[in-house]
Amino acid sequence: MDEFMLIFRHEDGKKIASPEQMQIWMKATMDWIGGIAAQNKFVLGNGLLFDDARVVHHNKMVTNGPFGEIKETLGGYIIVKAESADEAASFAKDCPILGGEGNTVEVRKIIRGEDMH
Amino acid sequence: MQQQELIPHLFRTEFSRVSAVLCKHFGIDHIELAEDIASETFLLAMETWPYKGVPENPAAWLYVVAKNKAKNYFARTHMFHGKIAPELKQTTDTPAPEIDLSDKNISDSQLQMLFAVCHPSIPPEAQIGLALRILCGFGIDEIANAFLSNKETINKRLFRAREKLRAEKVAIEMPETAAIPQRLNAVLTTLYLLYNEGYYSESQDTVIREELCIEAMRLTKLLLDHPLTNTPAVNALMALMCFHASRLPARKDENGALILYQDQDEALWNRTLITEGAFYLRAASQGSALSAYHLEATIAWWHTIKEDTPEKWDNILQLYNRLLQLQYSPVAALNRTFALAKVKGNAAALPEAEKLGLSGNPYYHALLGELYQGIDNQQALQHLQQAWHLSKTQPEKQTLQQKIDHLPTT
Repeated sequence: MDEFMLIFRHEDGKKIASPEQMQIWMKATMDWIGGIAAQNKFVLGNGLLFDDARVVHHNKMVTNGPFGEIKETLGGYIIVKAESADEAASFAKDCPILGGEGNTVEVRKIIRGEDMH
Repeated sequence: MQQQELIPHLFRTEFSRVSAVLCKHFGIDHIELAEDIASETFLLAMETWPYKGVPENPAAWLYVVAKNKAKNYFARTHMFHGKIAPELKQTTDTPAPEIDLSDKNISDSQLQMLFAVCHPSIPPEAQIGLALRILCGFGIDEIANAFLSNKETINKRLFRAREKLRAEKVAIEMPETAAIPQRLNAVLTTLYLLYNEGYYSESQDTVIREELCIEAMRLTKLLLDHPLTNTPAVNALMALMCFHASRLPARKDENGALILYQDQDEALWNRTLITEGAFYLRAASQGSALSAYHLEATIAWWHTIKEDTPEKWDNILQLYNRLLQLQYSPVAALNRTFALAKVKGNAAALPEAEKLGLSGNPYYHALLGELYQGIDNQQALQHLQQAWHLSKTQPEKQTLQQKIDHLPTT
């Protein structure tokens, strides 16, 4: 069993949702994660705040947020256990953020010690 | 008649006090000796009291006898050592140390023994066994009954556990303050298992099962009474136990058969325990730490409201979502899926239920049997039958048989 990171990319992180929408979205996300955890395949997860974000550039210049500079922003990630990238992708298919057009979930296998040899 | 009722109850509570104090007194190397002296003390009471009457202060009588027996033992071994190895030990005529049976020493000793028997070096089922023997005054027969095992197995298990404690030189003392959180976790796991052993055990002896629950609560109370171990997680565990225990009187019919939650008469639920549980749950919410016990206690609190409301099941579902993220268990996975079906309907829950990967678990097939009803009754039947075959106890088989009988044939 390998571990995969499912990375949530939002097309427009600035889009403001109503509290009602946020509540629905949050519940849907918790149900989605709960479903993975019920299969004993959830490892961990974190949401990433857009507020108070910084981008540090190669010349050590610091700018506020990734906003307006890149089209897509990271909204969060979870790490799951799966037999294959396909199984991990099948988890991703049910991710509620995909309800937003243009949003994506990227599936990446996490490198383990033995993968390096 | 009255005496016969008095004695078992008295024995149970006093045995644990006497044996804990004696264990503390003699040290971890001589746990068995402490158990023996406690047993002999109670045996003497059983042989004497029926004929001479129960003494006015039975507890004090027991303490005096236990003290004397300990003193005699000390004198014997002291003499033995004095004859065998006089050069090695320069001990002059030291009097036998007094055994301290003050309330404070009793509760301190019990708490310290709780930490000692829940030492991570011995397996959980041995921890539970030792706790039952030393701290709850259970006989080997009763322990064997509770574990659906036999005397020899339990004796061997306890023997190995005592050996291990000796080998590890586990001290009968409070762990250092810095080590308490970790050691406390191990103690809580054992108390949780002890409670579940009573609440869900397959043993047919309902009296023993309920006593396991009560004893687990009594030991948890010991932790709550000490400032260093009165933590939010301990309060949460106590709340969980209270909420579950509130349903004990409603869980079985006059023949001892199990009554399922939805069929229980809520008038029989113990309101006092529910109120107590709410008190502990409030105490548990101080601080920011959220343990699995907090989540389970909150789920149990929702179950003290019998009425099915969308709000209730929505909350239970979210709590199980979080519980599973914190720590997976098949029971939590099954209960979460049941809650999901309550919130979103059977059809929506079925695909998730199929993914749980728990085939071979009777409760898994019982759940699928439930969810398939009205959607695919043939599948429902197959799963209920599978659950029936896998189920190990008669009451469960009966419940499943009733469900099979009531299934509409299509």
